[in-house]
Parts: sequence; C-alpha cells; structure tokens
Amino acid sequence: MLTPGPRLSRGLFATSKLAYRLRWKRRRLLFRCLRKRHQLALRQDRTTLIKPDSILAFCCVRNEALRLPYFLQYYRALGVDHFLFVDNGSDEGTGTYLAAQDDVSLWETSESYKLSRFGMDWLGWLQMRFGHGHWCLTVDADELLAYPHHATHGLRALTGWLDQQGRPSFGALMLDLYPKGPVEDHKYHAGDDPLSVLTHFDPGNYRAQWHPIYDNLWVQGGVRARRFFASESARAPTLNKVPLVKWHRRYAYVTSTHQMLPRHLHDVLGTGAMSGILLHTKFLYTIGAKSREELERKQHFENSALYGTYHDDLTQNPDLWYAGSMRYESWQQLMELGLIAKEDWI
Amino acid sequence: MSVGVIMLVHTALDRAEQAIRHWVDGGCPVVVHVDQKVRPADYAAFVGSLADLPDVRFCKRHACDWGTWALVEATQSAAAHLLESFPTLQHIYLASGSCLPLRPVPDLRDYLAARPETDFIESTTTADVPWTVGGLDEERFTLRFPFSWRRQRKLFDFYVRLQQAVGYKRRIPENVVPHMGSQWWCLTGRTVAAILNDPKRTVYERYFRKVWIPDESYFQSLVRLHSTKVESRSLTLSKFDYQGKPHIFYDDHKALLRRSACFVARKIWPRADVLYDSFPVAMSGKEQFTEPNPSAADRIFAQAVERRTLGRPGLLMQSRFPSSDRDNAMTAGPYSVLQGLGDVFEGFEEWLAKTTGATVHGHLFAPDRAEFSGRGPLFAGGLSDNAMLRDYNPTNFLINLIWNTRGTHQAFQFGPRDTQDINWMVAKDTDARISVVSGAWMIPLFKARQEFSDLRKEAARLQQIEHEHLKILRSPYTNARVRVQSLAEFVLAPMDMLQLIVDEMSEQTHPRLTDVPQMADLTGLGAFLQDLRNQGMHPFLTGDFPANLERDSTLQTPRKPYLVR
Repeated sequence: MLTPGPRLSRGLFATSKLAYRLRWKRRRLLFRCLRKRHQLALRQDRTTLIKPDSILAFCCVRNEALRLPYFLQYYRALGVDHFLFVDNGSDEGTGTYLAAQDDVSLWETSESYKLSRFGMDWLGWLQMRFGHGHWCLTVDADELLAYPHHATHGLRALTGWLDQQGRPSFGALMLDLYPKGPVEDHKYHAGDDPLSVLTHFDPGNYRAQWHPIYDNLWVQGGVRARRFFASESARAPTLNKVPLVKWHRRYAYVTSTHQMLPRHLHDVLGTGAMSGILLHTKFLYTIGAKSREELERKQHFENSALYGTYHDDLTQNPDLWYAGSMRYESWQQLMELGLIAKEDWI
Repeated sequence: MSVGVIMLVHTALDRAEQAIRHWVDGGCPVVVHVDQKVRPADYAAFVGSLADLPDVRFCKRHACDWGTWALVEATQSAAAHLLESFPTLQHIYLASGSCLPLRPVPDLRDYLAARPETDFIESTTTADVPWTVGGLDEERFTLRFPFSWRRQRKLFDFYVRLQQAVGYKRRIPENVVPHMGSQWWCLTGRTVAAILNDPKRTVYERYFRKVWIPDESYFQSLVRLHSTKVESRSLTLSKFDYQGKPHIFYDDHKALLRRSACFVARKIWPRADVLYDSFPVAMSGKEQFTEPNPSAADRIFAQAVERRTLGRPGLLMQSRFPSSDRDNAMTAGPYSVLQGLGDVFEGFEEWLAKTTGATVHGHLFAPDRAEFSGRGPLFAGGLSDNAMLRDYNPTNFLINLIWNTRGTHQAFQFGPRDTQDINWMVAKDTDARISVVSGAWMIPLFKARQEFSDLRKEAARLQQIEHEHLKILRSPYTNARVRVQSLAEFVLAPMDMLQLIVDEMSEQTHPRLTDVPQMADLTGLGAFLQDLRNQGMHPFLTGDFPANLERDSTLQTPRKPYLVR
C-alpha cells in the first residue's frame, strides 16, 4: 500500500537499479502490445489518410453510441486529424456508427478488456504502428480535453507550443462532472453537449502525493473520493493523466494514461506548468445501467471485488451535488481555481 | 525606391509568400533567403509561386540553426544581393517569414522617409540588460562557443566551464564595443553598405563567428562604428519568454497587435487566419502618423513571465507541487492556529468570529471529524469533514482549505487531542500564526467527573503530545509566527494575547478590546493540579499555578506574552 509522502530521493545505486528495472518493464509492456495485436481485427482502414504531421486520437470503446457523436464533433473542432478506435465487443451499433465516419479507422476485438490492461495493450500496438512521430491523444469516450485557450488555440497550436518548449508530453487532470440532482433524472440525447447536463464539479478537494516508484505526482480527490471512498481514501480513483504525447514507438503507458515509461514523460511539474483538464462525462444518466453491467462483467479495476460497493452505490441513482459544487463555465475559471495552469502562453 | 526588405524564411512558405506580396504591393523590393534545410522541391515551388513578381530576388542559401553564425551569413548574403540590385535604397528592413506587416507598407515608407539618417536597431551593452539566457551575459563575448546550445548542451556546458576554470578570455577586436539586441532591425542602406564593405570585415567575422548568439550582436555592435544616428529600438514588435524563445501571436491577439501600432509583428502563428486576413490594416486619419508603441503589450507579457517563474504560492495542483524544504510559504495566505484558548474561554469561537469577521473553525483535526465553522459536513471546495479522508493527507487538506478560502482569514482550534500530522508543515509555514496556551487541555480534564487514575493517565499522555509539539515550535526550522504562554501566565493577563490574536486576524489594529469572552471557572484547578503532583505526575506545561489561586480581576499585571524567535 502506498502512503502519502514527499518525493523520494534515492542513492546512485538505487536510482540505477530502478531505472534498469523500469527499462525492462517497458520492454515487457511493449512485447505485450506486440503479442496482443493478433486479437485485433481490422474493420475499417483509413490509415492512408494519416499525413506526417497529423494529430491522432486513440480510443478504446464499448457501447458508447450515446457519447461518440459529440466526442467526434468536439475533437474534430479541436484539431484531431484522424481517430483510431478499438471496439471491444459493443452490441448496440457503436461499430457501425464509427465505421461510417470519414476520419476513423476501426479495429474490433471481443477479448478481455482487463487482460489487455484495460485496452492499453491494444492501443499500445496501434500507437507503435501508427503513432510514431505524431502527437497522439489517448482518451476514453467520456473524456473531453480542455486546456488554456482551447477555444481559440486548437491542438495544433498547443502541440506547436509544446514542441517549441521541447516538451514531449502534456498532463491533464480528470475532472468529474455531475448534474444537480439524482444522476439518472437528467436525460441526454446523442449529439448534445454533455456539459449542458453535467453542469457541476468539486472545485477544491484534490490531494497529491509522490508515487514512490513512478515518480509522478499522484492526484486523487474530487466527487468520487468525497462520496464513495471516504473510508478507503487510498482506493479513490487516480485523476492525473498524460493524454497527449509526441509518440515514439518505444514509449508505453503503464496503467491507463496515468503513468508512462520512460518516466520523464509524465513528469509535468513546474511552478505551475502548462496543464489541462479532462472533462469527465462519466455521470450521464446511463451510469446506473453501466454499473450494473460492470458488476457482472468484472472487467474494470485490478481487484474488481474491492470496488463492488462503489458500483453498488452508483446503481442507487445518487445525487452528487451539494451546496459548494461549482458550475462549470470556462477554462479561465479552472485556471483561477488552480486546477489548470497556462504558464506564459499568451 | 526607398525601402528594401530582407526576408529570412525557414518554414510556413505559404505565409512567407503572403507577407512578400504585402511588401511588394507596398513598393518594396524583397530579397529572400530560404533556409538550406528546406527541401529542393518545396524551394522550387516557392520560387515558382513568386515568379510573377520582378522585384523579388533569391540569394545564396545557408543552413540556419537558432543562434548560429549562419543566420548572420544569410543576412549578409541577402543584404549584399539587395544593395547590388537596388543600390539607391534609403533603408533596409530585416524581416522573417513569420513577420506580418500590421500597418500598410506606405505608412512605413513615409515614416522612414521622414527619418532618412536614422538606424533603427536595438543595441545595448551587456551591462545594461537583464537577458541572461543560459546564465551568460558578458561572457558571451569573451568565451568561445563552438558547440550548439540546442543539440550539444552537455559539450556546450562543459566547454564553458573549462574556459572559466582556466581563466580563458578572448580578445575583443579593437574599436568594437559588444552590443546586443533584437535580431530584427531596420538600417539605412548606407550603414549596411559600410558594414559589408568594412576593410576589417574578416577580422570582425572571425571574432563574431564564435560569439554566443551572433545574430543578436553582430550588426548590433558594428552599427556603433558606422552609424551617425542610432535609435536603439526595433520597429518589429517581438516578445521573448524568459528562455529567449519568441512568443507567438494567435488570432485572439488581433486587438493587442492593432493597439501596438507597430509596423511589423513577429512571430505569427501560421494558422492564424484572422490575423493574416485582417492585417495590414490602415490607420484612420490622424492615427496614420502614430508612433509605434510596443509597450502596449508589455503588461500581459510581464504577467506571463511572473506566472511562469513564480507560480501561485499556496497552490498544490497537478503541475505545481513544491517541495516543502525549499518553499517557506506553503499556503495561500495567513491563517491562525489557536491552541488551548477554546478550553480557557466559553464560547470562544463565536466570540472570535464576531470580533474579527474571520472564519473560525473548531478543531479541524479532531479525531472523529473536521469541525468546520458552522459544523457542516462539507466546506469550501468540496472538503469533507470525514476524518479518514482528511487524515489520508492532512497537510494537503489544510493547504486546500486555505487555498479555497483565499481572501478570508481562517482560524482553527488545535490541541493535543487532535491529529498531530500537520505540526511540522504548519511550523515551517511562514503564513501560520500560532498561539498556544500550554497546559490548557487540563481544564476539560479538571471539569470531567472521572476516575482520578484515568485522568492522571490521560493528563500524562496529552502533556507528552503537547510537549513534542512545543519542541517543534521551538526548533530552528520553524518559520511560523509563534507565541506560547503557560496557562498560569495566561490567566493572569489574558487580554494581552487576545489583543494580539485579534489584531493579526483582522489585519488592522483593533481598538482596545472591551467585549471579552467568558473565562471558564477555574476555582479549584490549583488544588486539582496539586492532587496530580501528589500522585507523582508533574504538570509542567500549565506553569506555576498556586494551589490556592483565586482569579482576581484587579491582577492585571502588564506582562507581555513572549515570542518564540
């Protein structure tokens, strides 16, 4: 079990030993990605559309027909040139919808999500194959990336700035958005802006500590920690992510996009270094049904049993709002609250 | 023809073409230097796209890297080419492919025609400027820099340190006083010709070739030898971040660029369609003769630098997590930690909140729950009163609380019964104001009707905890403002400490306190302490409490609470 604490300082020997271990870990992960490529069946190939400077999005989905229309619209507007999707056994037309999009390449698999490191092995192979040298965005269907100036400066401007600063990666915090009132009482229609339903968030209860092995800042907190993990704080969901990376074929994500190898990629610290937010639209009205399904499939989290009560709670149509919840307005608001920072990008 | 343009082009050739057309439409001939690294096919296409313009020439190409001599060579080649083709030029404007004329080119020509002898070039000596990228100022002219700062950083640093260690110093050519400044200038044709045709040009070149960032010093220094009138400023609006990298202008900077009234701006984001569509824009009537005012943009750039270098104190976030060893102020603003006062006075919290207007919490770190002001389950920012959630990361809990309530002073009660994990962090924090009445935890024990042997054990435990805490407060690592009084001292003159607490919480000197909270009835406490002593426990933190002390309101001796450090 990890305990909160300051950044570890190691001796020269320990540092080299850890670096050596993690190098081999990275190789193992890459090998896994290579092996798991056989599980992927190509359904729609439009990868010839990828140009040398294209910005790519990688995403693993299952039954996300509700979110995808807005998801694609949002990221197209932001400047993603091509989407690479893995459809993990959807049964409600998600695959057909995606295959019909002009800028999507689609792979399918019905293998275990959990055994594929929650999709990271599959996406890892696609990144190795298509992502090398590109800025790659790796997000879930319920995550919308926002960052300073995102309304006026698209992803190309952001990646241009990161290139100029010599930074190969960009960190973002997951921000859980929820409606005011019981979550299942707010209907949402495919194609609508989910932020019109999920209007609120917790502004100031995020805690951070050093991860003792990966040396990244491990952030937890927010509404899920407050409501579902009060007595088991250490199990509260991890919120720090590195969704945007100038990819190299030797890179590997470790757990979801929380940690990366080599480690310098997720070291996004500074005196308030440029960082963004992943607006998390998990709490749409379908959350109850999804959680019930999850209780049966047991495909999420390392120890699914330990999260049983969490999913149980989610099926009870909870109201996550409280008087101190804040209504989401803009990136300027998030910057003022200290959830994101824009450094000296003007 | 009065003004000619040298344009250095590296990337975004389509935008460069657009800029060239602006210049030519305005009646300026252009000599273009295209980076050798541009692929031949792209170069050919670029040349072809400009074939319809007779006044656009292309000069010999050099492979340019940031901050290298090749940039000076490129400028020299282009300048020589320009003067050869158009020998009568009055001024030469050095621009890049990512420069955009903000005002119509004829405005610039009029402006320069009115100042035929003036050389516009930012040119200052190293002693006068704070630009020290890479930590080098004067040494950039006295050491040799054969390695690339970008690609061979380790070699670069090693070679600099080696030269410093052996005390190597280059000899600066006679007459030359090193100056530096923005790379983008506008010189008279006469001055440029004089620099190019200087009989000692090879000597100067040999020297500047190995200077650090010669493109910001070659012309800037030599202009001082040949010019009759130097105006040390650049006509190009160009801003640099603290690492010396140029800020890029995007579509939303349209108003700012217009306000600056500069003739040319750099660097423009190649995809800033709005900027490329709207500029150059004609000034109306009188404004046509407005002086360029690059400082219009200074404020937002100053803010940007501050944000980058200082960050926001007291903020913990995904990209800001200062190590507690280095930063003194760990929180966003002053807050008060009150230890023991809540035991001495009845209704102390309410009284303090009423008197100061601050937010006064109960025991935030109580073992069962965080006692927020108002005792709600949640407080600002979504902080929960759940003790387990709080104790998972108590320092972060406190830092969040102070950050979430920026602008209002926070105060909370503390004591040896509470979670002690925050003690070091609070003691090191310059924002903390800690007031301790030591031994005051004895009062609830004294009031409790319990088995005496249990009380004795509990008293010993609490005394041990508070003693450890006081040791921290007295340690040399403590940066907080601390005042400690024993219970016995405090009850003799309670007003002194209260007045100080109230003053520092309301951030102004309060008129002398008249409304005083009700002190707990301490009759018999002396005897109680004596009982403890008789049982073999030594209650030293309460101070010397006489066994027969009765509170006397006339006993207001003017004793001051002492300040630790």
